[in-house]
Amino acid sequence: MALRGRDIVSLRDLSSEEILELLEGAKKMIPIAEGRKASASLEGRLVAAAFFEPSTRTRLSFETAVQRLGGRCITIADAGLTSMRKGESLSDTIRMLSSYSDAIVLRHPSEGAARLAADASDKPVINAGDGANQHPTQALLDLLTMHEALGTLAGLKVVLLGDLRYGRTVHSLAIALAMFGAEMVLTNPKSLGFPEELRGDLDAMGAKISEEPDLRRAVRDADVLYVTRIQKERFGDEGEYRQVAGSYRVDASTLEGAKPRLIVLHPLPRAGEIDPEIDRTPHAAYFRQAFLAVPMRMALLDSILRARGG
Amino acid sequence: MRDLRITPIKNGTVIDHIANGLALEVLRIIGVRDLDKDSTVSIALHVRSGKIGWKDIVKVENMELSPRKVNAIALVTPSATISIIRDHQVREKRPVDLPERVAGVVRCPNPNCISNQGEPIESEFRVVRRKPVVLRCVYCERQVTDFLRHLA
Repeated sequence: MALRGRDIVSLRDLSSEEILELLEGAKKMIPIAEGRKASASLEGRLVAAAFFEPSTRTRLSFETAVQRLGGRCITIADAGLTSMRKGESLSDTIRMLSSYSDAIVLRHPSEGAARLAADASDKPVINAGDGANQHPTQALLDLLTMHEALGTLAGLKVVLLGDLRYGRTVHSLAIALAMFGAEMVLTNPKSLGFPEELRGDLDAMGAKISEEPDLRRAVRDADVLYVTRIQKERFGDEGEYRQVAGSYRVDASTLEGAKPRLIVLHPLPRAGEIDPEIDRTPHAAYFRQAFLAVPMRMALLDSILRARGG
Repeated sequence: MRDLRITPIKNGTVIDHIANGLALEVLRIIGVRDLDKDSTVSIALHVRSGKIGWKDIVKVENMELSPRKVNAIALVTPSATISIIRDHQVREKRPVDLPERVAGVVRCPNPNCISNQGEPIESEFRVVRRKPVVLRCVYCERQVTDFLRHLA
């Protein structure tokens, strides 16, 4: 694959063929991610994980992915302990990390941080979330979960529920869904719709998008219900957040009229958007989704870092 | 009929066909305060134009514009033309031309964009549409249409 040495800053950096190849690669990584098979494809490789914003799943799944493939990680998990506190720029920090490692995985609270890092670094940069902008590897594992459960991406009807304004995972996912011709139904609090730019991009891609404020009606013939958390940390003021907090919740009654094969996804952490009673139903796919983060990131790192001819 | 409402200059730049009412924005871009003490700046507002109806004109003595300033003028008033005068002769006359990318001319309106965080980088935008001009930040992907409010 032609991903060797490439930056993954936005989902737009990948073609649909490359995405499908990555999904197939990820499926082959599942036995290794489960510890049933061993691999040393990243032996001798060092990945820098620079997380300037809190993360559980993304950081741990990247670190797990590197180690399952025999590579090693150096990690910044608490930006408060770095020289950035002394006023060091992100550009300088990235230049340093780029000289220490073979690839950089970056999460940062500012939009555009990953693009800046990709410019500053000689080594490939993978965006693990830049502010409210993009989170491309999350979109890949979301696609993987759908593809594994439903066997296809084309023609799926996907309900996107929740904070579509600040939720970076849905921004990347929506681009991917548009690339594969899936249909999107938006169910969001009025003030939390897609950013204008993204909506313009999706329209330009010919994306099939409709809006349905009634959640039950939206899920009736859907294949996927993608739930997001309201991104409290990105609201300018507390009052604006309180107006929308707790405005939606998925429980058993929500899914009463749904298809038996409907899957419910959530990038996690959840904060009350999905009733735990859903966990016990065949609809719950969010824990599988969290696991698939590991083989998905293994496939990505392997494609980017694999030795030439390997 | 040829008007001479603005005195001719020996050396300098004439920015003509500025959209009506935008001469003061053009002056702001040129940075009048940085000019040579002996330079005269002439402005004509609301002048009849065969090409664009009504226009403004700015003439600045002893100054030629940097490419960055030309880009900024192209953003604000794409109809403008620039003439370079040397020894009372028009040596060069061209319309302003907006390149595919503009750097250091406009600030990103998104306060949370990495280009507004004190990093050692210039703001940079791709021109995604030309009529009317729409820019897109290469960092945070935010679009900008109201350049006047965000000139760097």
